[in-house]
Amino acid sequence: MTQDSKVQLMLPKGEELLLSPSPHIHDKESIQSIMLKVVLAMLPVVAAGVYFFGLDALRVIGWCVFFCVGLEMVWCFFAGKPVLGTVKDGSTLVTGILLALNLSAATSWWVCLLGGILAIWLGKQVFGGLGQNPFNPAAVARVGLLIALPRELTTWVPARGMTADLNSYSKAFYTTPDFTRLQEAGQVVDGMTCATPLSLAQTTTKVLGHGEQAAYNFAEIANPEAYWQYFLGNMGGCLGETSALAILAGGVMLLAMKLIRWQIPVFYIGTVALFSGLVNLLWPGVTPPPLFHLLTGGLMLAAFFMATDMVTSPITPKGAAIFAVMLGIMTCVIRIWGGFPEGVSFSILLMNALVPLIEKIAAIKPFGFRKAAAVKGGA
Amino acid sequence: MKPLKIKIVSFKKGVHPRDDGKSLSRSSAIRTAPLLERYQVIVGQNIGLPPRVVVKAGEEVKKGQLLAEPSGFVSAALHSPTSGKIEGIIDIPGPMGIPAEAISILADGKDEWGELPPPLDWQTVSGETLKARIQECGIVGMGGAAFPSHVKLSPPPEKKVDCMIINGAECEPYLTADHRVMLEETEKVLLGAAILGKAAGVKNTVVAIEVNKADAIEALLARSGEYRVGVVGMKVQYPQGAEKQLIYAVTGRKVPTGGLPADVGCIVQNVGTAVAVADAVTGGVPLIERVTTITGEPVVTPGNWRLKVGTPVVEALKLAGGVKRDPGKLILGGPMMGFAQRSTDVPVMKNTSGILLLDKAAISQYQASPCIRCGRCVDGCAMQLLPSPLSCMIEADRFQDAYENNVMDCIECGSCSFACPARRPIVQQIRRAKAEIRNSLNHKKK
Repeated sequence: MTQDSKVQLMLPKGEELLLSPSPHIHDKESIQSIMLKVVLAMLPVVAAGVYFFGLDALRVIGWCVFFCVGLEMVWCFFAGKPVLGTVKDGSTLVTGILLALNLSAATSWWVCLLGGILAIWLGKQVFGGLGQNPFNPAAVARVGLLIALPRELTTWVPARGMTADLNSYSKAFYTTPDFTRLQEAGQVVDGMTCATPLSLAQTTTKVLGHGEQAAYNFAEIANPEAYWQYFLGNMGGCLGETSALAILAGGVMLLAMKLIRWQIPVFYIGTVALFSGLVNLLWPGVTPPPLFHLLTGGLMLAAFFMATDMVTSPITPKGAAIFAVMLGIMTCVIRIWGGFPEGVSFSILLMNALVPLIEKIAAIKPFGFRKAAAVKGGA
Repeated sequence: MKPLKIKIVSFKKGVHPRDDGKSLSRSSAIRTAPLLERYQVIVGQNIGLPPRVVVKAGEEVKKGQLLAEPSGFVSAALHSPTSGKIEGIIDIPGPMGIPAEAISILADGKDEWGELPPPLDWQTVSGETLKARIQECGIVGMGGAAFPSHVKLSPPPEKKVDCMIINGAECEPYLTADHRVMLEETEKVLLGAAILGKAAGVKNTVVAIEVNKADAIEALLARSGEYRVGVVGMKVQYPQGAEKQLIYAVTGRKVPTGGLPADVGCIVQNVGTAVAVADAVTGGVPLIERVTTITGEPVVTPGNWRLKVGTPVVEALKLAGGVKRDPGKLILGGPMMGFAQRSTDVPVMKNTSGILLLDKAAISQYQASPCIRCGRCVDGCAMQLLPSPLSCMIEADRFQDAYENNVMDCIECGSCSFACPARRPIVQQIRRAKAEIRNSLNHKKK
């Protein structure tokens, strides 16, 4: 072969070529980009929190993120891992924001610190860090705090549009003749600045039993006008869980960016609707109608942002569906018959523990799978 | 672009590389490489037994003359790519990173054909005659595996085969050789398809193509009636061209675990193979050259070239004008399943569908972090396995668990590693487990 003298051909030098097995190219998605997209999807929820609860919401989010990131770095320092190594992937940021969304806007900084310790150290790092934790860190923190500090965790502040005469459900509550009976029964705690609809529902059944009287009172907190306020987020509760509208916006973003499996929100919310609907149909005095269950408490936030946590939910679509149905049943059982008004975080933790079992049950069959018996000699 | 008037089918799951790199060489017509001074034909090119060399150093050979004869049923003949003198039988850098035995031929510049077997009238001769000719001409699967074609055409008699699928999926990013062949040698593809159908004695013969090659589909559709060959469009999804996935997409049949296409009555052959078969039957021409895509961002002029088997990669790169900048990787085949090379002296083989150079920045580096169980590998796995859980088992050397979780079903398409945001070397781990398990199974047999 005659060398072309005019053009100097440049050819690859063998010794500089990298030798490694296929595939040689890679999708651009990384853990960091996934986490940042999750943060992006949380922005509508954060915005709703700030809108309804003011700058206090931002303060809580700030503390939670600060403590979560700081505690992760502290742990990594003492564990001999690179201090910035795991903070850079963004998962701690997600946990921090999620933890804040699960707290009241009135939460003090030291509660955030405790929450951070529970979430990052107990929820995540003791198991070996990101990807190794069996339980959702934010749920661990919420449940831990709820048990340790019930008073701090249930001190709610009224949402922006809630005044004695505007807020439909508390107006209903305060004007109902039974309010005095509740007060006499000692069920209305002093200093409760604002009750959540779910705790009102529970107090109602505690005081009035499961009869017609309770059903009548449910109508005061579960009517179209109240539903509309709940849907917008105009009620007491954690700063990130009240606005179904904002959560749906974030949820659509998560689904559009393919960050969560649709099976989890759909089957979770669907099961809660069916189950509570059935109970309400059979015994109207036991629990309010299904729409009330969907729009109040932490269900929406959990269905889109908590139960869908990749690390702690089943890896297959079928497993995710089973997981979500069982979550729905568990949530309803705790809400309706349990000691706490809200059962979302508890059921998430319980179901997290069952994920390995669910994955065994929901094992997918390989393409072309045939039973060993049908094949001579087997595979 | 006009919508295609054909059925579009697909397998389930898989991945979709966003920028497939095909635009680099898609519109470049096939050019024939000029004659070189020297060719080095690797002896063990095919799956199965390497053929037995029948020439000696110093011997004069003609173009198309037999260099090595099959040493068994699963073995393919080798022929001289040009006329000249056998320089010797030497060890050269092989495509698998270890030295390979090769026949070095010094070209005499005349490129003279030797005596070729007579043309056959494919419509009148028997299937057995056609198969014998295909074996005689050393034809192997040109899509990548280099499995001797006549073996595929001879399934056990108890297996009724009724469908011949010609694989024009070309689902590997960057590669466009099959695309150009279908576009420019439409008639040969259809003729080869019809001959393959006749040789296997099947009723249905279809060419299956991903719809990103709409022009090829239209070209084939325009002539397919004459050859009684069907044309099927397929969704652009990797690995659409993997044998089991292709059969499922086209026929809806699932090749059982551990089984072969013949178990569901199918045979799959590549479009390049079909062209080689057409040449072998109608002209007696052995497989001594093939169309290869020389491409990649660092390449000066990416294109599709007709290269003789035995052309060193470095000569092929000269044809493409060399490189603009130092590449990070040299790959024989496509970026998803091809083999990285250290030496540019490796020669082109019968199954070299592409010579690909990748920029340093484009190479995937595996700095694995723990699995976050996002499920992207599960959603990408064309075999419906659980790639990441498998890779975790293998990391802990739990081969028995991996075996029980069907690791042996993996087709090693690499979709899991491609999709993994934690950059885990999933398919690489699976290959390790498969090798370990095969070893221990062989050990047990002994």
